[in-house]
Amino acid sequence: MHSDLARQPVPRTWSAVDDAEVVTVTVDGQEIQAPKGMLLIEAAERHGVYIPRFCWHNRMKPVAMCRMCMVQVEGMRGLPTACTVPIADGMKVDTQGELVQKAQDGVLEFLLINHPLDCPVCDRGGECPLQDQTLIFGPGESRFVEEKRHYEKPIALSSLVLLDRERCVQCARCTRFGEEISGDPLIDFVERSGRTQVLTFPEQPFSSYFSGNTVQICPVGALTAAPYRFRARPWDLQASESTCTLCSVGCRMEVQSSSDRVVRHLGVDSDAVNHSWLCDKGRFGFEFLSDPDRLTTSLVKDGASFRDASWPDALDMTASRLAAAQDRVGVLGGARGTNESAYALARFARDVLGTADIDCQLGDGLPASFVAGIPSERRASINDLERARCVLVVGPDLKEELPVLFLRVRRAATALGATLVEVHPRDTGLTLVAGEVIRHRPGEAASVLDQLAGDAPDNRLNGAHAALRSGPAVVIVGRQNLAEDPAPLCAAALRLVESLPEARLLPVLRRGNAHGAIDVGCAPDVGPGRQPPPSRGRDAAEILTAAADGELDALVLVGSNPLADFPDTDLALAALDRVGFLVALDLFLTDSVREADVVFPTVGYAEQDGTVTNLEGRVTRLRARVTPPGRAIPDWAVIDQLARRLGHDLGFESAEAIGRAMVSGLPSWKGMRPWRLGRGQAHDGQLLGEGTLRYPPEAAGPPTAPAFDAYGVRVLTGRALYDNGDQVSRCPSLSRLAPSAHVALHPRELTRLGLADGDDVVLRNGKATLTLPARSDPGTPEGVGYIPFPHAAPLISVGEAVTEARLETVS
Amino acid sequence: MTTQILHARLKAHPDSHTVERSLATGGYTALRRALQEMSPQKVMEEVKASGILGRGGADFGTGMKWESIPAGSFPRYVVVNADEGEPGTFKDRELIERDPHQLIEGIALTCFAVDAEKAFIYCRGEFRLGHARLAQAIAEATERGFLGRDILGSGRNIEIVLHRGAGAYVCGEETALLSSLEGYRGEPRLRPPHPTVAGLYAKPTVVNNVETLSNVPWIVNNGGAAYAALGTERSKGNRIFSLSGCVNRPGNYEVELGTPFRDLIYNHGGGIRDGNDIKFFVPGGGSAPWYGPDRLDLPLDMAEVKANGSMLGSGAVMVADSEVCAVRSALNLVRFFDHESCGQCTPCREGCGWMTQILTRIEEGTGRAVDLDLLLDVSDNIAPQWRWGQWPYLMTTICYVGPSASVAAVSAVTMFREEFEQHVTERGCPLRREHARAQ
Repeated sequence: MHSDLARQPVPRTWSAVDDAEVVTVTVDGQEIQAPKGMLLIEAAERHGVYIPRFCWHNRMKPVAMCRMCMVQVEGMRGLPTACTVPIADGMKVDTQGELVQKAQDGVLEFLLINHPLDCPVCDRGGECPLQDQTLIFGPGESRFVEEKRHYEKPIALSSLVLLDRERCVQCARCTRFGEEISGDPLIDFVERSGRTQVLTFPEQPFSSYFSGNTVQICPVGALTAAPYRFRARPWDLQASESTCTLCSVGCRMEVQSSSDRVVRHLGVDSDAVNHSWLCDKGRFGFEFLSDPDRLTTSLVKDGASFRDASWPDALDMTASRLAAAQDRVGVLGGARGTNESAYALARFARDVLGTADIDCQLGDGLPASFVAGIPSERRASINDLERARCVLVVGPDLKEELPVLFLRVRRAATALGATLVEVHPRDTGLTLVAGEVIRHRPGEAASVLDQLAGDAPDNRLNGAHAALRSGPAVVIVGRQNLAEDPAPLCAAALRLVESLPEARLLPVLRRGNAHGAIDVGCAPDVGPGRQPPPSRGRDAAEILTAAADGELDALVLVGSNPLADFPDTDLALAALDRVGFLVALDLFLTDSVREADVVFPTVGYAEQDGTVTNLEGRVTRLRARVTPPGRAIPDWAVIDQLARRLGHDLGFESAEAIGRAMVSGLPSWKGMRPWRLGRGQAHDGQLLGEGTLRYPPEAAGPPTAPAFDAYGVRVLTGRALYDNGDQVSRCPSLSRLAPSAHVALHPRELTRLGLADGDDVVLRNGKATLTLPARSDPGTPEGVGYIPFPHAAPLISVGEAVTEARLETVS
Repeated sequence: MTTQILHARLKAHPDSHTVERSLATGGYTALRRALQEMSPQKVMEEVKASGILGRGGADFGTGMKWESIPAGSFPRYVVVNADEGEPGTFKDRELIERDPHQLIEGIALTCFAVDAEKAFIYCRGEFRLGHARLAQAIAEATERGFLGRDILGSGRNIEIVLHRGAGAYVCGEETALLSSLEGYRGEPRLRPPHPTVAGLYAKPTVVNNVETLSNVPWIVNNGGAAYAALGTERSKGNRIFSLSGCVNRPGNYEVELGTPFRDLIYNHGGGIRDGNDIKFFVPGGGSAPWYGPDRLDLPLDMAEVKANGSMLGSGAVMVADSEVCAVRSALNLVRFFDHESCGQCTPCREGCGWMTQILTRIEEGTGRAVDLDLLLDVSDNIAPQWRWGQWPYLMTTICYVGPSASVAAVSAVTMFREEFEQHVTERGCPLRREHARAQ
C-alpha cells in the first residue's frame, strides 16, 4: 500500500471539468495555456512537450518515485518533479536545462544498471517506455561493470499475469492501480533498498478482475500477460481502434493482430468511458475468435446431425420455411452484434416477416421501453458520475457484470467524494466503498425506492434520503435479480428520479449491444429510433411460451442462446423443441443452435465494420481487424439475402449503407455521423438523441411478492464475470476462472441446518428440487440464497414476482 | 561546567528514571504550573522566546513549528520522534532510558500548547530497555494524573500511545515515521503538504525529537528568556553531543552551544587515543559532511557549521584519527545508507547500492583508476553539483537518505583523494599494510 495516496490530488477528468480557470505558463520558452491546477507534466504533454516519466500515470495520483520527470521551475529550489507541480499563472519551466539533462541521464542509468536488457525476448521490446526514453533522454552507455541483481524469472502472480522482477523498475504503477483504481490491493512491495520487489501476499494469487491493466501500464516488460506472452513482436502487430463488446460499457480499445489473428487488446484512454482501463474479460476475451469450433459454413439439419450446405441452398430453404410460417414467426437476438445488424434484423422482422415478436433480450434484462423511454434531460451519462454528489446503484453486482462501470462508480465514491448508496440484497463489489448500504429481500427493491422518493422514509434510509438530495445524483438501475420480475423496480426508479430535481437515471443492461439493439427496434415494446411501436409484440418470455404452446411456426435466433441465457431453461427447451422451424445465425454450435434446422456462420466483433451503442447511448466504432473464418459473413448480410429471397430489397449492401439508412430513418440517430466516429470531435463517439417513447412511471403497480416464507430463502441470482457464456467458455485463459455451482447462505442459516461450509444443501420449490454445495457467506443475509447464474435456472418460473425455495439437508 | 538542563537529574541519580525520583527533583512542576497558571498561548510564547531549534537535525524553530498548525483544525496530534538512528547518535536513548518522565512532561506540555489530546511516541525498535522504561513511565504518569483524562483537574485529556518501530533508519525521517505509524511501509512522503498541515492520518501533526521536548519543562519553569540567554546569537541553549570514535572518553555531553569542537573533543572527550592526531571528524551524525582538523576551533553552533559546509545535525560527533582508513569509513557509511534505503525512489535505491559496490572494490584493492571519478559522478546524480565545503545540497531524491551517501563519498574522496588513489595503485589499504608491518 502506498503511504502517501491520502494526501495527493485526485487526477481529474478534464473534459468533465467545466469551471476551471485557464492559466498561462511558459515551458521551454513556449507559452501554453491549460486549466489551473493541472499537473505540469500533463499540461506540457498536451502542448507537445513530453517530459519523461515512469511512475506517473494520468489516471492515478502522483507519487514522484521514479524521479524521471525532474524539471527546473523559476522560483523553486532544485529539481521539482513535473508530476507533482500543479501549474499556476506565470510559471516558467525549463525541461531541458543542463542540470535537468544530467539528472535524467543519471536516473536512466540507475534504472538500467540492474535491468537485465533481455529486450530480444521481452514482450515489451519495441514498445517499451524504458527503451524509448533511454533513446531520447538517456546516457547511451552504462558504466556499471558489476553483476546485476538476479531473481527467479518469471513468476506467475496469477494464471493471467506473470512477473519478471529483474525487469521491474519499482514505479509502483501496478501496486497503486490495485489500491487506487480497482480496490483489490493483492500485490505490493516487499523488502527495501535494492531488494525492493513486487510480490503477491502468501497464499493469495493476484486474482483481480482488472489484473491485465497492470500489464498495460507497466512501463517495462516486468508484467506480462499469459495470453500474449511470446505471441508477437510489437512491430509485427496491426492495430485498429475499436470497442469492446463483451458487456455494454463499451470500453474503447485497440484490437491488435498478428498473422491475421487477434493477439491483444489494449485499453484506449477515453475520458467519457473507460479512462484507459479494461476488465480482464474484455482484455483477454479474444481467444474465442480463433477457436477451432467456429462455424465456417452453413449447415442444414439432416436427421439428428447437420450436413454442410451451400449458401444458396440454406438461404432458399430458410426463405421458403419462413414464408410458409407467415407472421407466426418469433425473432430472438440482435444484442450481440452491431447496430447495423440489429437494425437489419428489426427491419426484417417488421417489414419482411411482418411480426412485432422480436426481442434482443432473453428475459434477463429490463423492459426495453424503460431503457429507451427515458427523456434526455433525465438520462445520465457515465461522465455524470464525475459531478455527482450521490450515486445510487440498484442493479446487479456491477463488478461482476459491468466491471469498468464499477471502476467509474468506485472512483466517484472513493476519489470524488460522492456518497454511494447501494440497494442490494447482499454484499457486492461496491459494498466496501458505499456510504449507505440498504439491504432488502429479493423482490422488495421497488418499495425501498418508493420510500426514498417519499418524504418520510424509514429511519435506516435517512442517510440515503438526504444524500440523494445533496446535489446532482445518478441512479443506476439494472437487473438486480434474474429470479424476479424487474418491472416494478423500473417504475419505482423512474418515480424516484422524477421526485429529485437534480437526479439522472442510467439504465444498464449487460449484453454487449443490448442498448443499441433496443434503440433500433429489436424489442417488442420499442419501435426503431426510440419510438412507440406501431403495435406491441411479444417479448422473449411470451415468444418462448407461444412457441412451446405451438402458436409459432418458426423461430429466428441471431446470436442468441435461450437455453443458456433465458432464466427459465425448461420453458426455453420446450419452445425450441416444439417450434416447427428454427434458424440460427451464430459463431458456434451452442446448445440452442444445435436444435436449429438451418445454421448460418456469422462473424465476431473484430471481423466486421460497424457501430455499437453502449449503456449510456454512446455510439462508437467497431473495426474489422482480421478475416472471418471460412464462409462466415455478418448477420446483416445473411438477413439481407433472406429478405431478397422473400421479395424485399432492403438496400442493405454494406454496413455503411445501413448506417445511412439509420441516420435518415431513426429519430434517435438524427445528426449522427457513424463514419466519422473515432476522429476529431467524435473521438469518444456520439451520444444518441431521444425519440418520443416515454416509459410510464405508473407502468407497474406495487410489487406483488407473496409474504416471505420464514422457512425458506428468496433466491438471488446474477452473473459472475466469467460465466461460461458462449464466448468466455471458448477463451481458454478465462474459462477456468468461472465459479462452480454453489449456493451462498449466511453462516447462521447453515448452523440452523446443521451443515458445514461446502456440504450439499437441497433447495426445493414448486417447480424443481436442486442440490448444490452450500457456501458459508456472511455477506449474504439470512433469508437470501445467492446462486450464480445459470445454476439457479431450474428453480425459476417466468412471470413469478420472486423465486422462493425451502432449504433441506440431503436425506 | 555548563548548566545541566537535560542531564541534571540523570547524571546525579542512578534511579533517575523512576517517578519518585522525578517528583523529588522537580518533575512535573512545569506541567502543574502550566495547567494552573498559564494559557496554551503563554506556553507557546515561552518556547518561541527560548529560540530553541529542533534537535533532530533539521534545526527548525520549535515554536514556529507549533504555531504553523492551522487554527480550528481538529483532531491534531503530537508525535515524538524517538527513532534515533543517525549513525553516531545515542543521546535520545539516554534521555529515554534514564529520564523518561522529563520527556513525558515535555510531551504533555506540548499537547497543552498546541491543544492536542493525543500524542504518539515512535520508539526505535532496538531500544528494548527504553521502550520498557517509557511504558512504565507512561503508566506511572497516568496513575498519578499527569496523563489520561482530566489531568490534574484541568479538564484536559492527554493520552500517549507508545509505538515501537521495526528497525528502519528511514523511519527517523518524520514523514516516513508517520507512514510507518499509520501501518504503511516506512517511506517518506512528498511535501507539500507538510506534517503540520496534513500529517498523521492526514491531520495536523507536530513531530518533535526527544531532546527537543525534554527541554520544554525547563523552559516553562525558567522562562524562554533564561534559555535564550544560553548559547549563541543564532543557536540558543544547550545541546547534548554524542561523542564517539577515537576519543579517550566517548559519551554524551551536554554543553552550551557555542563551545568549540576542540573543547568537546579534548576536554570532555579526554583527547585522542594514544595521543594521535585527528585525521577528520564528522560534526553532526553520519549524514553530515566531514571536517578536517582545521575546523576544530569552530563553535558548536548550527549556523556557523552550516556556513562552513556541514551541519550539526543530530549532534553526533565522530572522530577519526590517523590510523583510520578514509575509504573504509566512507564505505561503512555508504553501505549503511544503502542498507537503510527504503527503495522508493530510483537514485537512492540504485545509486547507494552502486556506490557501495564501487567503494567495496576500492577498499578490497580491486578498484580501477576510473572508479574515483565514477564514484563522484554517481554521487552527483543523487546530490547534483554538490561540492565538499558547500551547504546545503540539491537532491534528485524524495528524502535525505540517498544524498547522505553522496555526502560521505564526496567528503572522503575530496579530502583524501591521494589515499583513494593509493588503494587503487597499491591494490589495497596502505594503512592496513603499515599496521601489519608495525606488528
